[in-house]
Amino acid sequence: MSWRDIFTVYRKELKDMLRDRRALLSMIIIPTFVMPLLTFGVGKVALRVTAKVREEIPTVVILGGEDSPGVVAELKQSPRLRVGVAPDDWKQQIADKKIRAAVRLPAGFEAGLRTGLAPPVVFYHYEGELRSQRGLQELEDFFRALRERTVVARLGDHGLPATLAQPFEFHGENVAPPEKVGGNLAGGFIPYVILLLCFTGAMYPALDLTAGEKERGTMETLLCSPVARGDIVLGKFLMVLTGSLAAMILSATSMGLSLAIGRALAPGLVSTLPRFSPVGILGVIGLTLPVAVLFSAVLFTVALFAKSFKEAQSYVSPLMIIVVLPAVIGMLPGIDLNARLALVPVLNISLACREMLSGVWHWPWLALIFGSTCAYAAIALALAVRMFKREDVLFRT
Amino acid sequence: MIEARSLTKVFRDRKRGEIRAVDGVSLRVEPGRIYGLLGANGAGKTTALRLLATLLRPSGGSATVAGYDIAAAPERVRAHVGFLASSTALYGRLTAREMIAYFGRLHGLADATIAARTARLAGELDMDEFLDRRCEKFSTGMKQKTSIARTLIHDPAVMIFDEPTLGLDVMSARAIVRFVRDCRDRGKTVIYSTHAMGEVEKLCDTVGIIHGGRLLAEGTPGALRERTGTLDLEDAFVKIAGGGAVP
Ligand SMILES: Nc1ncnc2c1ncn2[C@@H]1O[C@H](COP(=O)(O)OP(=O)(O)O)[C@@H](O)[C@H]1O
Ligand SMILES: [Mg+2]
Repeated sequence: MSWRDIFTVYRKELKDMLRDRRALLSMIIIPTFVMPLLTFGVGKVALRVTAKVREEIPTVVILGGEDSPGVVAELKQSPRLRVGVAPDDWKQQIADKKIRAAVRLPAGFEAGLRTGLAPPVVFYHYEGELRSQRGLQELEDFFRALRERTVVARLGDHGLPATLAQPFEFHGENVAPPEKVGGNLAGGFIPYVILLLCFTGAMYPALDLTAGEKERGTMETLLCSPVARGDIVLGKFLMVLTGSLAAMILSATSMGLSLAIGRALAPGLVSTLPRFSPVGILGVIGLTLPVAVLFSAVLFTVALFAKSFKEAQSYVSPLMIIVVLPAVIGMLPGIDLNARLALVPVLNISLACREMLSGVWHWPWLALIFGSTCAYAAIALALAVRMFKREDVLFRT
Repeated sequence: MIEARSLTKVFRDRKRGEIRAVDGVSLRVEPGRIYGLLGANGAGKTTALRLLATLLRPSGGSATVAGYDIAAAPERVRAHVGFLASSTALYGRLTAREMIAYFGRLHGLADATIAARTARLAGELDMDEFLDRRCEKFSTGMKQKTSIARTLIHDPAVMIFDEPTLGLDVMSARAIVRFVRDCRDRGKTVIYSTHAMGEVEKLCDTVGIIHGGRLLAEGTPGALRERTGTLDLEDAFVKIAGGGAVP
């Protein structure tokens, strides 16, 4: 192995890539702008949508209730609900999001309230739909209050105090520091985007330096040189890794900068964005380093088999899913790191990043993740070198 | 000096099965000589030359190129060989100067040596006007000159040309032929493949006729004509390639 040769190949590839507009786009421009766009753009839209839902007064309809005029009147007076007339196809209208929810007042409900046992009230809603859930919540709040008032009234009738039904109060208070909350919320999302950029940053150089060179006929020229095959691979691999790391570091930096600038310019908006620990971001970068090596080596090896850039693209696209899937699983709430998951490539990084961003440092697991990812990366790199020495791969017809 | 002994290359193809692209080829080229490998498409010329240039590893037989064994010391062989084929392209985003310098560095030359040799080669090949322009915009002739400079930057003792005039216009092809002759006159060992009879007649000291991976006949152009009783080399070629080996 000759460092001089490796560096010669690397320097040439770097120069070549820096002159390629498509390479600059995938390694520098997209990573720099995608994070701020995502955090501010998507964040802003998401905020606006949820605010709108929160402001909206949900429309609900009452089914039955002809013999419960008091409750119906009270519902109609509630400022937090808009009570409409129930159409025949009310179920369809809930599904079509025209009505948020419906409530069935059974026959004899109001009478039951007075005499002792009233038949149950049923709510109809659209499970999982944001606005319908708001309607349901308002209905539940209304009937819970009604029930409490009824209990208090009955106690009063018997000369008993209201505290008999509610001997004490309780409420919740958040004690987790804001970055922990932010880490948990954004912790799945940020490593996901960083991993993705890490992959796409390596993609273009990996394809261009292998299949692209074969297609253009420069690979054969390069192979005429006395440089050892292994050194050519390492020089080229370093360029692919550069693309991956550039994408990762640029995206992390641009996000940090845009958050800082945003905090200065529009404090209102930024305070609604999640906060996470800055040391956590460094941790994320540290842990993503071996993943960048892994991605670069795998992409390099796969693309090497192709005869043309286009063919290589068709091999690499399915790999994207392999990267995205574990990263998405890592975003799901409730999946926590354990010894077995710590060995699953990409997913382990995703989960560990979420913990680090919320300020949790499980050192043994982090070491296991770092170590296993390094091992995978080394295997992939060794494979790349082996493939490059195979003439049926280099001179495929 | 090139010496091949029963050089054989077998490709295993999923559809076509076993292909003996080069089959027991033995030949010898002395310094200051041009050996012409004459054969139709698919005869095995490219494969034979790639074996000598160590781009491919032989399945059988052996060869010594510039004093090194192609199997035992392929990197040494490449250090003393200049390989030029129509399939060896230039890096489009590099300038001609950068392209030449890159290969100089890959051959372990010092920057000062590279600069001096580039200046000399650019003068000889009349490249000064486009030396600092990117290769992607070059005409075929300019590309050819740059490729030649690339193969010569390390001053190799052995030159291997695989159909270098393929697809070139008459002027560029003549320039190549002149350049190959130059190489011989400087004492280099030259092996040259083509399917164009005219070039062989003009250039080669020895001609080998290759067909189906096998070297069917060998000799000076005149000797081949004599042996087959034909008037020109083309007839000789048809007779040899069509009728099997000549005794
Ligand atoms: N990498 C390869 N894999 C399989 N077969 C090949 C490969 N390279 C060449 N061949 C086959 O070997 C034979 C000789 O090819 P080649 O050396 O290119 O001939 P020529 O250069 O004389 O046209 C052809 O049948 C060709 O299809
Ligand atoms: Mg050929």
